[in-house]
Amino acid sequence: MIREDFREILRLVRPGSRVLDVGCGEGALLDLLAHEKQVDARGLELSASGVAACMARGLSVVQGDADLDLDHFPDRSFDYAVLSQTLQATRNPRHVLDELLRIADRAIVSFPNFGHWRVRWSLLSRGRMPETKALPLPWWSTPNIHLCTLADFMALTQDLNLRVDASAAFAGKGAARPMDPTSALENWRTETCLFMLSRNGAPPIRELPSSSGDLFDG
Amino acid sequence: MAALNLVTPTSGGTWRFPANEPLRLDSGGVIEGLEIAYQTYGQLNADKSNAVLICHALTMDQYVASPHPVTGKPGWWPRLVGPGKPLDPARHFIICSNVIGGCMGSTGPASINPATGKAYGLSFPVITIADMVRAQAMLVSALGVETLFAVVGGSMGGMQVQQWAVDYPERMFSAVVLASASRHSAQNIAFHEVGRQAIMADPDWRGGAYADHGVRPEKGLAVARMAAHITYLSEPALQRKFGRELQRDGLSWGFDADFQVESYLRHQGSSFVDRFDANSYLYITRAMDYFDIAASHGGVLAKAFTRARHVRFCVLSFSSDWLYPTAENRHLVRALTAAGARAAFAEIESDKGHDAFLLDEPVMDAALEGFLASAERDRGLV
Repeated sequence: MIREDFREILRLVRPGSRVLDVGCGEGALLDLLAHEKQVDARGLELSASGVAACMARGLSVVQGDADLDLDHFPDRSFDYAVLSQTLQATRNPRHVLDELLRIADRAIVSFPNFGHWRVRWSLLSRGRMPETKALPLPWWSTPNIHLCTLADFMALTQDLNLRVDASAAFAGKGAARPMDPTSALENWRTETCLFMLSRNGAPPIRELPSSSGDLFDG
Repeated sequence: MAALNLVTPTSGGTWRFPANEPLRLDSGGVIEGLEIAYQTYGQLNADKSNAVLICHALTMDQYVASPHPVTGKPGWWPRLVGPGKPLDPARHFIICSNVIGGCMGSTGPASINPATGKAYGLSFPVITIADMVRAQAMLVSALGVETLFAVVGGSMGGMQVQQWAVDYPERMFSAVVLASASRHSAQNIAFHEVGRQAIMADPDWRGGAYADHGVRPEKGLAVARMAAHITYLSEPALQRKFGRELQRDGLSWGFDADFQVESYLRHQGSSFVDRFDANSYLYITRAMDYFDIAASHGGVLAKAFTRARHVRFCVLSFSSDWLYPTAENRHLVRALTAAGARAAFAEIESDKGHDAFLLDEPVMDAALEGFLASAERDRGLV
């Protein structure tokens, strides 16, 4: 059973490309990308046990911190840098996002949308920090120290002069659906969002992946 | 159980290089008639792609997987080398040689200087890690191996692995660096200096010419080993093992080894002198102190590895290693990353200190096994 966000990333990534997964955990996504897309898979992971698990799978993963260690990668050393459900847990998300697009031509970023109606309703009705399926932990133990809404994220991409090449929405374990990130309605209804970003001015990709099927395997 | 891991070396001995193949040293000196003592395990395959070089640490030697001729102890790295282990003589051609400057058969300060007919002593030239590696490269070529599948080492062995990646990147496919550093810190140099001063303060050292007088500076070398041994262990490991436990009931009210930790260190010191040469200890510790890869590359470590982009590296550090702490290993990994090399790195949680790389650390075993297995697949060995 492949996670839906992994399935979407698998669809976006070109076969044989160079991919850095930032916060790669035990390497499930990298393993999938290496086998399904024959990518040159590298990872960065904070936990020693995660790194050891990756190495035991034969993956080239460095133990390190997205906030500190991206700085040591050379410019454009990857085709894709993936940051899955981690941006909101970094100390300096703006810097991290900027770095992702320095070391890679494209960043694939996913995060929980704090503008989702359940989050808004939870805060409005209970007056307490929201605890939802996408954000299950209480405020004092959550690693998510820099939560943002879809609209906040779009503002940051503008600020960093980034282009949205693809965007998708997820809810629970359901399949991805295409999503217009500029729509105010989507900021209410999207629980988790995933973006593929590049720098404005970077050459556009030839064709955007369609929402179904696999562009590159087809 | 250890005996099960013993491997009969398929060959070994001492390689003597003819006088027209001298070893040129970083110091400008030359060693003519170089001898390198080595052991090999397993067979070189038909396309010569399965050779592994293991680089030993300061006081180790070529007996990585076979009994030591002096102590009779089994090979020093049974967790890594042996049947069913990540480096298996059934699949790999494993080479381990005594470093130059050493005292287990390779040319060193205890060797006879052909010019004088007496032991070199302090007339032996000062050597570097790069000199050791240059000599290893000569041996590897002499054994018919052009490219090594892996170069593997911990501590000073890890320094040699790094030097291989700087000087002979085209001759290696993968590299394993455990509990090492790319340069010695002031503290590293300081501890080595204590050891050297202990040796040189022994009246039997005789200005390094003790061999001519038929004596050995055993007390000084033992103290050097005692001081160094403390740096190989973590404070919690030492505490757990000994605490304040006494050797006998009650204190002696004197300076006998009252505490078990004293007795342990004395034993470490006295057993070390049976198998190690004091001048070798001076020369090898000096080589480690001089080691500084970045210094010869404009002070930028990453520049040293620009020719090693194709090499896949595995770097492991240990959380309680205060001799070559994680920060030093991470410094290396960042340089490798910046150079564009493929590096895997983890800090292994362990309270065993620097020596953890030789000890029972299942997470390290799993990581190393996985790294080597995937490298073997990519090398087409399996």
